[in-house]
Amino acid sequence: MPDTTALFFWLLAAIVIASALAVVLLKNIVHSALFLVLTFAGVAGLYILLSAEFLAAVQILVYAGAIAVLIVFAIMLTRRGDIRASNLFNVNYLAAAVVSLVLFVIAALATGRMTWMTTTGPGPGSNVGAIAEAFLGPYAVPFEVAAILLLVGMVGAILLARGGKQDQ
Amino acid sequence: MENIFTGIAAYLEGLLAGAPPWAQTISMGLLYLVGVLAFIFLNALYLIYLERKISAYMQQRIGPNRLGPHGLLQSVADAVKLLGKEDIIPRGADKWVFIIAPVIIFIPAVMVYAIIPFGKGMIPVDLNIGVFYFLAVASTTTIAILMGGWGANNKYALLGSMRSVAQMVSYEIPLTFSILGVIMLAGSLQTSRIVAAQENVWFILLQPVAFLIYFIAATAEVNRGPFDLVEGEQEIIAGPYTEYTGMRYALFYLSEYANLVSVSALAVTLFLGGWHGPWLPSWLWFLIKVYIMIFIFMWVRWTFPRIRIDHLLGFNWKVLLPLSLANILVTGVGIKIYQLLTLGRW
Repeated sequence: MPDTTALFFWLLAAIVIASALAVVLLKNIVHSALFLVLTFAGVAGLYILLSAEFLAAVQILVYAGAIAVLIVFAIMLTRRGDIRASNLFNVNYLAAAVVSLVLFVIAALATGRMTWMTTTGPGPGSNVGAIAEAFLGPYAVPFEVAAILLLVGMVGAILLARGGKQDQ
Repeated sequence: MENIFTGIAAYLEGLLAGAPPWAQTISMGLLYLVGVLAFIFLNALYLIYLERKISAYMQQRIGPNRLGPHGLLQSVADAVKLLGKEDIIPRGADKWVFIIAPVIIFIPAVMVYAIIPFGKGMIPVDLNIGVFYFLAVASTTTIAILMGGWGANNKYALLGSMRSVAQMVSYEIPLTFSILGVIMLAGSLQTSRIVAAQENVWFILLQPVAFLIYFIAATAEVNRGPFDLVEGEQEIIAGPYTEYTGMRYALFYLSEYANLVSVSALAVTLFLGGWHGPWLPSWLWFLIKVYIMIFIFMWVRWTFPRIRIDHLLGFNWKVLLPLSLANILVTGVGIKIYQLLTLGRW
């Protein structure tokens, strides 16, 4: 079904881009955070179209289910006087343009330099086993390092929030 | 009897034989969706009655007994009553967030049914990441509760949704880890293969600790007593649902019972042998086991007092999490020893 795949791709792409724009453009920061969830869900849909179901489920579980919830939670706890104007714009257009341009160039260069392996055959039936073997085999050390990095970040955040020694 | 539902599906698919393949795929998908929705609505309607009856008997009352034989039509009357209620949106509420929250909470509640094997060959979508899909989709329920609690612009609602985040995000971890033991034994995330692996011995016998952890964590995930802090009526009125009325309130209620059925169905799939059973049709076995699980959930709810929030989180991080990690370790070592004994190699 090549036609339906293309249809769903454009549908999902439109959802992802529209909700990503809403994240940036909406004035109410809680609405921005909620649209971020929709963006994550749309990206998960794109992963499914690429027959990377495991990655899609991880995307939903980690990003939409945990990280987005934490973001929304943190925003809701820091209530301001007027939530309707919590995601404001300023007039630093030049700085914004430079930062966006540099980011775009870096991303474009990185994706352009990479030689992507393409295939016209069907996707793998199940990629869970392959991912598991990669994580526990050749990529075990990077995987553990990333885990330790996250742990250090978490401990650091707790220390910053609780204020270190004087609390004991 | 055995093939009644698969027969209906095959007959309807036969009617579509002339249609183009994409139309067939879409209409069969819609058919499964209608089937799942009918299953959820019928069960929810009946479960509300069942819950009221069970709680009544446990408190030495009779429960609903006026409408229809033994009060069987009580839920129908309640549903009609809810439909007729005034739809109130508080003035200070964030209107759109408030309005769509009950709709959004219903989406994951329905989506998780896609991978439930209701009987032999009766699985709507046999995903190869089945159980993981269930966990991922179910984890998004928190967002809808947060939206409802925040959108209502009510202290109690916000407090309730904060509790729901603390509770549901933490209990997700032991829930996932308890399921890992089963997945290691079955060697697959696919629900059909997990059921097939239990043809001879149910995983509850091989993984009793995991079943217990799953049961406790699932009780917390569906916000039922003794873990119903999210809507503890003596403390925070009704939590995130405080400001909701009429059909919106009914949707929250409905999705709660839909979640109860789906976690029970997953428990049956993972631990109680799925649809395997002698004599009776496979779907009937599945339904019987699901209702046994639901009865235990209700039994627990009406027997135990509510737990305090710090005890709840302490219990999760200090007891359930280490226990579930130990269970994974023991399962792994056990599998290796079993392989050594039977195959003579690692």
